[in-house]
Amino acid sequence: MAETVADEDLKQTPLHDLHVELGARMVPFAGYSMPVQYKAGIMAEHQQTRTKAGLFDVSHMGQALLTGPDHETTARALEALTPSNFVELGHGRQRYTVLLNDEGGIIDDLMVTRPLSEDEDGKLMLVVNASRKDVDYAHLRDRLPENVTLDVIEDRALIAVQGPEAVAAVAAHAPQAADLGFMSAAPMEFDGIDCHVARAGYTGEDGVEMSVPAGAAEAIARALLADDRVEPIGLGARDSLRLEAGLCLYGHDIDETTSPVEGAITFCMQKRRREEGGFPGDERIQAELENGPGRVRVGLRLEGKAPAREGAEIALPDGPVVGTVTSGGFAPTVGAPIAMGYVPAEHSKTGTPLELIVRGKRLPATVADTPFVPNRYYRKPKA
Amino acid sequence: MTTYYSKDHEWIAVDGDSATIGITTYAQEQLGDVVYVELPEAGKALSQGDEAAVVESVKAASEVYAPIDGEVVEANEALVDEPAKVNEDPEGAAWFIKMTVGNSDQLSDLMDEAAYKAYVETL
Repeated sequence: MAETVADEDLKQTPLHDLHVELGARMVPFAGYSMPVQYKAGIMAEHQQTRTKAGLFDVSHMGQALLTGPDHETTARALEALTPSNFVELGHGRQRYTVLLNDEGGIIDDLMVTRPLSEDEDGKLMLVVNASRKDVDYAHLRDRLPENVTLDVIEDRALIAVQGPEAVAAVAAHAPQAADLGFMSAAPMEFDGIDCHVARAGYTGEDGVEMSVPAGAAEAIARALLADDRVEPIGLGARDSLRLEAGLCLYGHDIDETTSPVEGAITFCMQKRRREEGGFPGDERIQAELENGPGRVRVGLRLEGKAPAREGAEIALPDGPVVGTVTSGGFAPTVGAPIAMGYVPAEHSKTGTPLELIVRGKRLPATVADTPFVPNRYYRKPKA
Repeated sequence: MTTYYSKDHEWIAVDGDSATIGITTYAQEQLGDVVYVELPEAGKALSQGDEAAVVESVKAASEVYAPIDGEVVEANEALVDEPAKVNEDPEGAAWFIKMTVGNSDQLSDLMDEAAYKAYVETL
């Protein structure tokens, strides 16, 4: 059951010693030693995040900065590699996007933030998946024009605080955090420490992701964990939370073969880009937008208690195999097993009965709307 | 009654020619919150090393192997409705199956409590 790993080859985040002190079970993940769970366990950590607030170390993710002579130049350079609109991204606004290969497949999914201050026009901040850092950076350096440079940020940690009480807990140390709208970001002090806080996350809950100086990460995490509302949460619950929220995990639900249309993440493609194209694989992607994709990612609810996990085959009732599960497991808030996977478009309608094949048994399942648990992202009241 | 342990973290309590099988506290801790248990039917013949049951936590599925040959006499159906019992009392109320001891020689392949404890220390 236990895996043997050469621990000495694993990188550590600035919060590593704190994880160990808190009793985390550390596992290898994307080349890092990361906490999969703490003493409370995945189920309790999941519920903690849904009902109060959870603190996640996401410092393994890649933080980088694009810098060009002006906003338009940098935005156009990134638009040439993604299907999103960055030219019209406002100051202090954040957007989810994908890097595309020439076939319209997804190299990585990432968050892009335009700095709040006009003095920083020409810069865009990126947060990329840990497992894709090297691929992404090589791709960007290869494809960016000469006047837009990529700088990898190695001296900052990334801390996510997620849950209905997350922003209140952060605002006790960084009051400006309470003023941020969803998918907005601003530099601010957390107990006097310069941080960059974005109101975003990957759990379906309200919350923030804070880019903090590596040397101050432990002090910030300890300050937050001293709050009764906040508990540490490992990668195990991070995975069950994002699955319930219907969010993709790179390398599982999306990869270099899946397009954003197949992956059902077309919300990352704004109107102008859909119409104009001008991104890698635009021919395929625009055709899929026009005519529908051949296959598409769907949510699946199982009728019984047995979970279906990544790799399980999806079949028509008493019929042939038509697809594969890409993520799946027990959903603590739903209280039942759920999954995501790819099926032919003609079998993707909500309510379509299907079967998931687990250990040779056909388990009844139904195509379901995602998210499985309603999102509770913060919407700023209209002034 | 004597209790033996396997390297796959099963325990087997042997009383004459009948045996009760479950997973150890160590296995339960490694798995985390158990959400699903799949058990064999009574009467199923098992050979040593066969998959006897499946136990799934939030994060993964694991097999429970038959530590000896024998025939399933009874499965603990209470676990199907309350899989979390496996976390609460893995070496007691949350036994998985009762089976016959088909070949008592195979018990010598297993560890006693002290040897198992020492084995877990090395992991």
